[in-house]
Amino acid sequence: MHSLSGVMSISEKAVVDAEQLAIAEINAAGGVNGKKMVPIVEDGASDPATFAEKAKKLVQSDKVPVVFGCWTSSSRKAVRPVFKGSASLLFYPVQYEGLEMDSNIYYIGATTNQQIVPSVEYLMGQGKKNFFLLGSDYVFPRTANGIIKAQVGAAGGKILGEEYVPLSGGSNDFSTVISKIKSSGTDIVYNTLNGDSNVAFFKQLRDAGLTADKLTTCSVSIAEEEARAIGGDILKDHLVAWNYYQTTKLPANDKFVAAYKAKFGANRVTGDPIEAAYTGVYLWSMAANKAKSTDVAEVRKALSGLTFEAPEGTVTVSPKNNHISKTFRMGKIRTDGLIDEIYATPKPVEPDPFLETYPWAKEFAKQKPAS
Amino acid sequence: MEQTIGTQRGLAPTPASRLIGLAQGLLPVVVLAVVLGVIAPMVLSDFRLSLLGKFMCFAMIAIGLDLIWGYTGMLSLGHGVWFGLGGYALAMHMKIVAAQELGDPIPDFMTWSGIHALPFFWKPFVSLPVSLAAVVLVPGILAFCFGLLVFRSRVKGAYFSIITQALALSLSIMIVGKQEWTGGTNGLTSYTSLFGMNLMSPATQHTLYYATVIALLVIYLAAKWIVSSPFGRVMIAIRDDEDRVRFTGYNVGVVKAIVFAISAMFAGVAGALFATQVGIISPADIAIVPSIEFVLLVAVGGRGTLLGPIIGALLVGGARSALSENFPASWQFFYGALFVGAVLLFPAGLVGVVQQQWKRWRGKSSKIATPASMAVSTEEV
Amino acid sequence: MDIVLSQLFNGLSYGSILLLVAVGLAFSFGLMNVINMAHGEFIMVGAYTAYVLEQVFTGALGPAGASIYFVAAIPVAFVIAGIMGMILERTLIRRLYGRPLDTLLATWGVSLLLQQGARSLFGAQNVQVTVPNWLRGGIDVSGQFTMPYSRLFILVLVTACVAGVYYYIGKTAAGRRMRAVMQNREVANALGVDAPRVDMLTFGLASGLAGIAGCALALLGSVGPTLGTKWIVDAFLVVILGGIGQLVGTIVAALSIGWGNVILEFFSTAALGKVLVFLIVIAFLQFRPAGIVSRRGR
Repeated sequence: MHSLSGVMSISEKAVVDAEQLAIAEINAAGGVNGKKMVPIVEDGASDPATFAEKAKKLVQSDKVPVVFGCWTSSSRKAVRPVFKGSASLLFYPVQYEGLEMDSNIYYIGATTNQQIVPSVEYLMGQGKKNFFLLGSDYVFPRTANGIIKAQVGAAGGKILGEEYVPLSGGSNDFSTVISKIKSSGTDIVYNTLNGDSNVAFFKQLRDAGLTADKLTTCSVSIAEEEARAIGGDILKDHLVAWNYYQTTKLPANDKFVAAYKAKFGANRVTGDPIEAAYTGVYLWSMAANKAKSTDVAEVRKALSGLTFEAPEGTVTVSPKNNHISKTFRMGKIRTDGLIDEIYATPKPVEPDPFLETYPWAKEFAKQKPAS
Repeated sequence: MEQTIGTQRGLAPTPASRLIGLAQGLLPVVVLAVVLGVIAPMVLSDFRLSLLGKFMCFAMIAIGLDLIWGYTGMLSLGHGVWFGLGGYALAMHMKIVAAQELGDPIPDFMTWSGIHALPFFWKPFVSLPVSLAAVVLVPGILAFCFGLLVFRSRVKGAYFSIITQALALSLSIMIVGKQEWTGGTNGLTSYTSLFGMNLMSPATQHTLYYATVIALLVIYLAAKWIVSSPFGRVMIAIRDDEDRVRFTGYNVGVVKAIVFAISAMFAGVAGALFATQVGIISPADIAIVPSIEFVLLVAVGGRGTLLGPIIGALLVGGARSALSENFPASWQFFYGALFVGAVLLFPAGLVGVVQQQWKRWRGKSSKIATPASMAVSTEEV
Repeated sequence: MDIVLSQLFNGLSYGSILLLVAVGLAFSFGLMNVINMAHGEFIMVGAYTAYVLEQVFTGALGPAGASIYFVAAIPVAFVIAGIMGMILERTLIRRLYGRPLDTLLATWGVSLLLQQGARSLFGAQNVQVTVPNWLRGGIDVSGQFTMPYSRLFILVLVTACVAGVYYYIGKTAAGRRMRAVMQNREVANALGVDAPRVDMLTFGLASGLAGIAGCALALLGSVGPTLGTKWIVDAFLVVILGGIGQLVGTIVAALSIGWGNVILEFFSTAALGKVLVFLIVIAFLQFRPAGIVSRRGR
């Protein structure tokens, strides 16, 4: 269940491909409990209300045991009530703003302490202290920036500016934003712009004379697909923060990249959400095989603590919070649009969606539901 | 059918003829009540029934839109605004209730956004009666004021359409931009209860469905009463020749503003029922695209008829769901073709076409234009 | 000081882009009374034309193609979008003259069809045109203020388009026929002007200008099926604010909105700036419902 039409289809189509690939592989290897997985594809049309409608259809009418779906926070929030207490699970493949935990939702993308927090740590470790926060105007950037402000403040850095541009209806003119960046005297732009806006921003940034050697940027929503679309020549040497790159050197990844390219074309690239979507399908099928059932309660039990050698490295489903442990990787974009890893945490980071283990994040930890 | 009264000849309707008109109007009400209220719940699954409930909400906006467009000649491309205001008014209340049940003083998204006290404009929505009143009054009053301003300066035709479109875009950008007050792009979702009933339970969803059927019928009857009243005749006269009405001494701007306000109130009710049934109201339901799609419902069903918008909403809604389920990758082709086809092949809409055929079959002279075709032929910028 | 200068330039640049997007609409909407919601999709067609030409040129000429394809893209985009516009006029718009609000609905449908068509043809993923070497970078006026070549180029392009349009309307026989038909169709027809043909050419010209705008937008951002929809409301507001059928008004309106947007955005946020501009335009129309430059009544 992803957007196949509307603005988000740009990103979500590739995720559907990855899920179809995983389903085909699993079926070829014998399926789940001796049965084949049969996908039902639904279009959320980039509209939260449509996502809610389609989720209801899948859960109540088709009675599917599991849904792999959503990209934006708004679509996930819209379907949350549908899954709550239902007989279906939702696997969500994208990094997100954290501060959420539902028993029927599994978060396969990174939560903040597996992407944003370590990337800010890394940047501050490199001597960057004066942050400029730029994002699309929606929940993820605003929440992420709230966290970054707390973290940077606690570590003695400064926030010199914070700008949001409209996600839709925006005309993609960044000239004023770039003027503000220039006059702020920042040394690091932390970029949470979504998809399309990045193209306009980086093109116009380059035209304004700010290349990566003059101004460092760190982006959390630019994966290989987007980087290639924007153009490696423009993005060269800009930084990104993810948990997986197509270049990640692991046997599981070589196999995944080869299979993906063989099925969808040699010119296609993988990326973090694509990999997470693929991993999500595998995790569910392994759990269902282990439980010998597709019943939600049984699968949940089997998922807890389950480990998988994913293309991104070893991942383990946390028994505590339905997230998975992931290795954090800092990357630098190459001229050909692929991304080189320049730093990785030595072992997978345990998920901490409410940031309870960070002293500066008390405000956020308070939001954990009591139950 | 229904429009024969008061629109054909230049005669004022007598009380008797209005009574006959209302009696004729009751037939569709009975049919709708039986089909939507009795048959549909028996044959449809819970999921399909909730979809039908959603389409009925759209039908309410479509009726309102038809009053201002089909009957008064002003095409609003911003009805998402009134839909949204109605929806948010009730959703804000439900959100506060949901927070209170968890023991929080304020909704979850405010906490994420660093707000610790309920903003002043949220406070009235703690009360259920105030919220219910706001569902109707906020869109009504704002639309009246906006209408008065715009119509007084004689903005009309395409100007009016585009200004309302800009209004819809402005409101959706504002809601997105003020996340700490409005929930941003996520909109308001995850409600738990209303009137103390658990919103997730099938029984509550059924109750809401019946409430929607009743609301739709009431709105239909109200619209029917309006268009067959002397006021309705003024509306149609404005559509057909605004200047003449003005020279006759009517304050055209005020009449239009009143119609616009009524139309907005219908949309507000629709928004509130939509939010409870679908479980979310977000800026995406307010912006330009849904606002234009509301117009399509009227165009397909038949503008200038009151059954048209209902039929259009149910058919287009059903077609849209069916197409996007069966052709997830290419349903937009069909949808786009529907717009073109509706305008090109049957500009009078389905109900208009049926009426024309009916008249031809009855051997009546086709010189008597239906309001729908009149709307088409007299529209000018 | 630098920041003031750079904002003045940004406003001028944004206004010029708006003008380029809106100038075609000034024809179809202002002169022909057609509310073409598919105007944005003709912009998209222009942008995809630039993309396809880049592929063709680099395929044929290697890297050298990447720096010259753009010169060819502008006329080709004009012609392709123009022809598509003429086809639309012949098949659809022609049947809807005198029913402006119906043209709005039908062309909205057309815009959905074209968007889905682009998605089927080029994929849902956005594509990217390479900015030619000679349009990269900019003139460094001072540390704080750079004038990007691409934006200077767009300024020149807009000026050329507007001048071309003026020349066409004012000095050519075709332009005279166009004015004649728009002013009084019956008399023009009686005097032997082929009015349907003039309609078709005018609509084609409007669409062709959208195609050129598409090439320009491809320089600034990515190219995708929904490229045009982002601009359509702004473009209509420009035309309405300027006064229908008034080219001078359109120019003034585009520049005012451009500067207004940039100034308000600088002192507030992008979202608030945009909303304020909309509200100011709506308020302005209360005082001058016919726009900045209004046609005088007889």
